Amino acid sequence: MSTIKLTRPKLDAGEKIYFGGIVKGFILTMKHAVKSLRGKSYGAEGLASSGLGVTMQFPEQRWDDHMPEYYRGAPTLVTDEQGRERCVSCQLCEFICPPKAIKITPSEIPSDDKWAKVEKRPLEFDIDMIRCIYCGMCEEVCPEQAIYLRKDYLITGTSRKDMVHDKKKLYEIGGTRVGLVNKWNELK
Amino acid sequence: MSDTPSATAEAKLPKDIAAEKGMVNVQIDGNWHQFPKGTRMIEACRSVKVDVPYYCYHPKLTVPGNCRMCLVQMGMPPRPAPGQDPSYDENGYQPIGWMPRPAISCANTVAENMGIRTTGELVEKCREGVMEFLLINHPLDCPICDQAGECRLQEQSVGYGRGVSRFVDMKVKKPKNVDIGPRIRLDDERCIMCSRCIRFMDEVAGDPVLGFTQRGTHTTLTVHPDRQLDSNYSLNTADICPVGALTSNDFRFQMRVWFLKETPSIDVNCGTGTNIIIHTRGNTIHRITPRQNDDVNSAWMPDSHRLNFHYIDGDTRLTAPLIKDGGKHLPASWPEAISATAQKLKQFDPSEIAIIASARMTNEELFLVRTLAGELKTGQFATVPREGENDGILIAADRNPNSTGAKLVWASSDTSGPLFAIREGVRSGSIKALLVLGEDLTAEAGFKTEDLAKPEFIASIQLLAGATAEASDIVLPGAAFAEKRGSMVNLSGRLQRLNRAVEPQGEAHDDWEILRDLICAITGQPTSGPDFPFMIEDVVKAMVASVKEFEGITLSKIGDLGKVVTETDYTVPLLENERARAAAGIING
Repeated sequence: MSTIKLTRPKLDAGEKIYFGGIVKGFILTMKHAVKSLRGKSYGAEGLASSGLGVTMQFPEQRWDDHMPEYYRGAPTLVTDEQGRERCVSCQLCEFICPPKAIKITPSEIPSDDKWAKVEKRPLEFDIDMIRCIYCGMCEEVCPEQAIYLRKDYLITGTSRKDMVHDKKKLYEIGGTRVGLVNKWNELK
Repeated sequence: MSDTPSATAEAKLPKDIAAEKGMVNVQIDGNWHQFPKGTRMIEACRSVKVDVPYYCYHPKLTVPGNCRMCLVQMGMPPRPAPGQDPSYDENGYQPIGWMPRPAISCANTVAENMGIRTTGELVEKCREGVMEFLLINHPLDCPICDQAGECRLQEQSVGYGRGVSRFVDMKVKKPKNVDIGPRIRLDDERCIMCSRCIRFMDEVAGDPVLGFTQRGTHTTLTVHPDRQLDSNYSLNTADICPVGALTSNDFRFQMRVWFLKETPSIDVNCGTGTNIIIHTRGNTIHRITPRQNDDVNSAWMPDSHRLNFHYIDGDTRLTAPLIKDGGKHLPASWPEAISATAQKLKQFDPSEIAIIASARMTNEELFLVRTLAGELKTGQFATVPREGENDGILIAADRNPNSTGAKLVWASSDTSGPLFAIREGVRSGSIKALLVLGEDLTAEAGFKTEDLAKPEFIASIQLLAGATAEASDIVLPGAAFAEKRGSMVNLSGRLQRLNRAVEPQGEAHDDWEILRDLICAITGQPTSGPDFPFMIEDVVKAMVASVKEFEGITLSKIGDLGKVVTETDYTVPLLENERARAAAGIING
C-alpha cells in the first residue's frame, strides 16, 4: 500500500470568513423565489401545485397523476382474466427478497377445485411492509407473473401487525391484470 | 533407433507396470491415470474429478444405459497390421485412434491404453442433443415441482442444454398427479424414463411393482394394476428420481429445497444406525433423507424410519419442567425441578431406588446414568429391550439404536437384565422411588398403568406426554434425536455421531445436561469451576477414560462415517446382497 499525503486546501481571507458563502446562498434562494413568483420554476407545470408551483401541497394534492410508468410502490399479488390467482407459491420471491420481507406458506389445491391442475397455491402470503425496500426483485424473479409492484405508496398502520400485508390485502391492492401469459391453459 | 519393446527391454512400459497391479492406463481429457481392471468409464472419470453428466446410472443399481447422457468420445490404439510392431511415444503409451462415434461411459469398462474425451465438439453436441430430446415433452412445472433446486434435468439443462426450444408441436399428454402408493406421488409428464425407480424396487426393495407401458414418446411409468407402491422402501425412489416424477407425499409442497439446511446425523429407530441427512429450515425439520455409508446402509433407508420425526414438534411434545402438586402438573423452573428431584431421591434408602434408562440414549448419557446410579449407590438400573422383526433388508430386530453402546458403557453383557427385578420390585412395593429416563414404561417395558401408581416417587425425563409422564411426580423435558449431540454404537459395533440439527423445543434441555445437573444436585458439587462439565466434550473425555473400547475417541474424530470400536457378528442383509452383486459384477457397489 502506498501512502497518499493529503494537504488541506489553502483558503484565502475571503473564504476564511464564511460570510461570502451565506450571501451567495441568499442570492440563489432569491433567484428561485423570483422565478417561482413569475411561475417559471422547474417543473411548475408538471407539479400543478399551489400558487408558487414549487411544493406539492400534500395531502390535498397527490402525486398519483405524476407518477412515472416505472414507479415502484407496494408489491401486490394479481389475478388474471380467468380469475385465477397467479401465484403458485414457488417461493422464489421469498428467496430473493433482500430484506426478507416475504413469508409464504404453500398448500395444495384440492382436487375438486377448478384449477386443480395447477396443484399448488399459497395458503398464506405475508409481506412485511416495514421490511420491504421496494426494490422490485420479487417482480423480476416471479416465473408466473404473479407479483407486481403497484403505484401505491401510502402504506401506513398503527401497529407492526397492521403493516403486514396478508394474502387478502395483497390481492385487494393487486387486482386483475390482463394480457399475461396463460401458461395453465386448456392445452396444459 | 525405433522405440520397440526389445530396444527398451530394461525400462518397463507403463502397461506392464500397471498390469502387475491389476490396473490399466487410461487417458482422460489428456491426462494419464491408472484404474483397476473392470472399472466403468464413468466411475473412472468421477474418481479423478472429471464431470460426466448422467441420469439413469446409479452405482448401487444395474446399468441399463438408456438415458444416453453420459456419452463420451472413446479411443483405443489402432490394431497393428500383420507383421507391424506397435509404436510407443516417449512416455511408453501407444497413440490413440479416436472413434468417430460416442460411447456411453456408464456401461463400458476401461481398457489398457484407452482414451476418453469428456469435452470437445462431438461430446458437447451429443449432450445438447440428448437434453433437447429429454426436454421435448417435459412440462414447465418447475415453479410447482418439489424437485426444483435439486433436479438433475434443471442442472444439466443449464450446464449442457440449448436454452431455447425448437419444438413447435403439441407436447405429449400423460397422467399427472397419480396416486400410486400411500407415500409416493407420480407425475408421468415429468418422467424421463431413466428406470432407476423400477430397478430399485426390483433389485433392492425386492418388490417389483413398477414398470413401463406404451412405447416411444408415450412410454409411461406405471404401477402394477393390482398393486400399489407400498413397500417400506418406496420413498427411496423419490430420492433417486433425477426429476420430479416421483415425489414424497409427506414432503409435498412443504418447503422448497433451497431453503433447507442439511445436517448429517444418524437414525435412531433401530440398531442399524442408518446414516441420514436432516433437512431443516429455522427450527423445523422438513424431511430426512438417507446418507450414503457403504458399511451401514448403502444409500437407502426405510420409510417408517424416515417419516418418524413429526413428533418432535408435535402436540404431545413436553416443553417445560413439570412438578405434580395436588395431583396436577404445574410448570416449574429448571433449578426448582432438579433440586426437588434430588431432595426427594435422597430421602430414600439406596435399595428403594431404581433407574430405568433407555438404549435410545447416547453413550454419553448412559455414562452419566451409570455415574448417577453410583452416586445414588443403587445397583438397580436397566435399559428397556425393544424387539421387532428383522425385515431382511435394513431394519434390525433390535429396535434400540444403542444397545451395543449401552453394553460397552455399562460394561455389562445384558443391560436390560435387571428390568424384570425392578418391575417385580415396583409391584411388590420394595422399590419406592423410580427414575425413568426417556422411556414410556407402559410400552415395551411391560409396566401396567396401575403399577405406576405404586412407587412413592417417580421422576422422569420424557420427550412426549404419555402414561409415564402422567404418573411422574416430576417431569423433565428432554431432547429428541435431532436436537442433541452425542455418539451411539450400532449393532455392527460402529461408533457413530448424532449432530444437532435443531434447538430443543421450548424449555426442553439436552438429556446429558439434565443428568449432569441432577448428579451435581445430589452430590452437592459446585455447578461451575474447572471440573464442571460445561460441554459434552467434557463428558466424552470422562467416558473415554473409563471405557477401553473408546480409547482415543473424541466426537470430532468419529467423523461422518463412524468408526468401528468393537467386533460383532451382526450383518445387514442389504449389504450382504449388495456385496455379492458387486462381486458378481452386476453393480459397481
